[in-house]
Amino acid sequence: MFYREAGDFKTSYREDNQTFPIRFDRMGFYAALAVAYGVIPLVIDDYWANAVFVPFLIYAIAAIGLNILVGYAGQVSLGTGGFMAVGAYAVYKLMTAFPDVPVFIHVLLAGGITAAVGVLFGLPSLRIKGFYLAVATLAAQFFLVWLFNKVPWFYNYSASGQITAPDRSMFGVFVTGAQTSATAKYMFCLILLTLVALVARNLTRGTIGRKWMAIRDMDIAAEIIGVNPLTTKITAFAVSSFFIGIAGALFFSVYLGAAEVGEAFGINKSFLILFMVIIGGLGSIFGSFAGAAFLVLLPVFLKNVLVGGLGWPTDLAAHIELMIVGGLIIVFLIAEPHGLAQLWRVAKEKLRLWPFPH
Amino acid sequence: MKDMNEGWVTADGRKIGGVLMELRNITLKFGGVTAIKDISFDIRDGEIRAIIGPNGAGKSSMLNVISGFYVPTEGSVWFKGYQRGPMKPYQVAQLGIARTFQNIALFDGMSVLDNIMTGRLTLMKSGLFSQAFWWGGASREEEAHREKVEKIIDFLEIQNIRKTPVGRLPYGLKKRVELARALAAEPKILLLDEPMAGMNVEEKEDMCRFILDVNDEFGTTIVLIEHDMGVVMDLSDRVVVMDYGKKIGDGPPEEVRSNQAVIDAYLGVAHD
Repeated sequence: MFYREAGDFKTSYREDNQTFPIRFDRMGFYAALAVAYGVIPLVIDDYWANAVFVPFLIYAIAAIGLNILVGYAGQVSLGTGGFMAVGAYAVYKLMTAFPDVPVFIHVLLAGGITAAVGVLFGLPSLRIKGFYLAVATLAAQFFLVWLFNKVPWFYNYSASGQITAPDRSMFGVFVTGAQTSATAKYMFCLILLTLVALVARNLTRGTIGRKWMAIRDMDIAAEIIGVNPLTTKITAFAVSSFFIGIAGALFFSVYLGAAEVGEAFGINKSFLILFMVIIGGLGSIFGSFAGAAFLVLLPVFLKNVLVGGLGWPTDLAAHIELMIVGGLIIVFLIAEPHGLAQLWRVAKEKLRLWPFPH
Repeated sequence: MKDMNEGWVTADGRKIGGVLMELRNITLKFGGVTAIKDISFDIRDGEIRAIIGPNGAGKSSMLNVISGFYVPTEGSVWFKGYQRGPMKPYQVAQLGIARTFQNIALFDGMSVLDNIMTGRLTLMKSGLFSQAFWWGGASREEEAHREKVEKIIDFLEIQNIRKTPVGRLPYGLKKRVELARALAAEPKILLLDEPMAGMNVEEKEDMCRFILDVNDEFGTTIVLIEHDMGVVMDLSDRVVVMDYGKKIGDGPPEEVRSNQAVIDAYLGVAHD
């Protein structure tokens, strides 16, 4: 009875165009923001930060980035892991080369560098489409991982070939390195995620978003109504890679602390984020959050229930997790290609009419 | 015969102006197949120009040449007195030439409103950063264009489906949304590829009314391909008749109707 648009009159196009046109949704959004900024930072501990919240926030950034490319612009990419590696190595080089610059700036710059690399690997998208583009981006994935392994300059000639995040602080609080508190990690990622989500939402609702979707839905018609396919696809690659680069930079510097490129940013990472986007919902910002939450929480949940609750061996639980994720991907692709976001939309539409559906 | 340089006033009082676009000796070949053979005609400001002909006559190819989708093998296209060089389709759109498609080419994943808003993409100028933060420029621009789009929505009477995803609409409405998208670009020339195909009588009547209204209220020049002869004869000011890639007739509907070559092409003729 509370979830209604009746009585909520829109008197300007600005109001009609807002992200949450229904008042209840708006309230829910502000409440979620208030909890995220006001409550969680006070109660978070190391386990929750490292197992749930920080990976969720970082993967959500990456999923939003990939969703812009795959879900909005319709360009399939399997190079996400490689682009995250670019972000990670860029932030590492920047942090070691300019220790006095705030790490926040470094993370944004790392995003910018990744955007440039993304544009470079996005250029073939003008000629090749669909599966063939996926293979081309797969080449980017393997090339980038190989590059960061092969050229010692990238890992500052360290003996192990690993990169390790130095201790850096902002406003007197450590945000990277071993002394970082759970709250600082969480807040740093949360602020960046908020920025990324806002920018993504604004871009997708405006001119650029429409161009992306036009190219996705029918590229020939898009060109005839005046969309330049080259610049449109290239901006999609740039914006997407920018976000993915930020995610990679955070994943290395805040979450892992030390990383080896093949292990942290391998092909598995590309698939994991693609699965988040597919399960969450292609072409939906909310879907990126839902998919990231789902795939971060599922292993934690299974581990707690199967290993902690039922006492099964760990390896069995890990295999069951793989099977469940695989099964879910198939189910979603067949039954609901628009993912959790579509289920959520349908539920909301039903709720608007409930309890009198006729 | 009318004065071809000055323009004229039609029976119902509409003003036909000077030459807006001229196609000179257009030939279009695909490998060994010649789709269009040496066709010349002009399109005048404010008129409704029909292109008719039997199946496979090259009408759609002609429209594709005008819209820049095909580059003619020989000949030249003159627009507003200048020769148009080889251009990409999106550049032609920026010149003010919009079109609809024979088989609807809407963006199925987007709402009706978003689809029509895409029609105004060529007119929207705000940059990436302004849009990313939705500061003044982008937001104001969006509202200004929304207002224009709402006028077109009112005009074509599709207010109630504004927020519906296009994929869910029936065929006749999709055609109307496609027309709305083309109109949103405020084109100088509007190309309609079989706007009545597959419609029932009422839908055809609606569509005719919209086409006449568009021409009348916005002064848009319209080039249309249509198979329904009744529609063509009623709507158009001048008709080009094509057959096997050649032009076999050009003039006002009544003149074309009595042209022997046209009658032969449509009814067939005994070859001895």
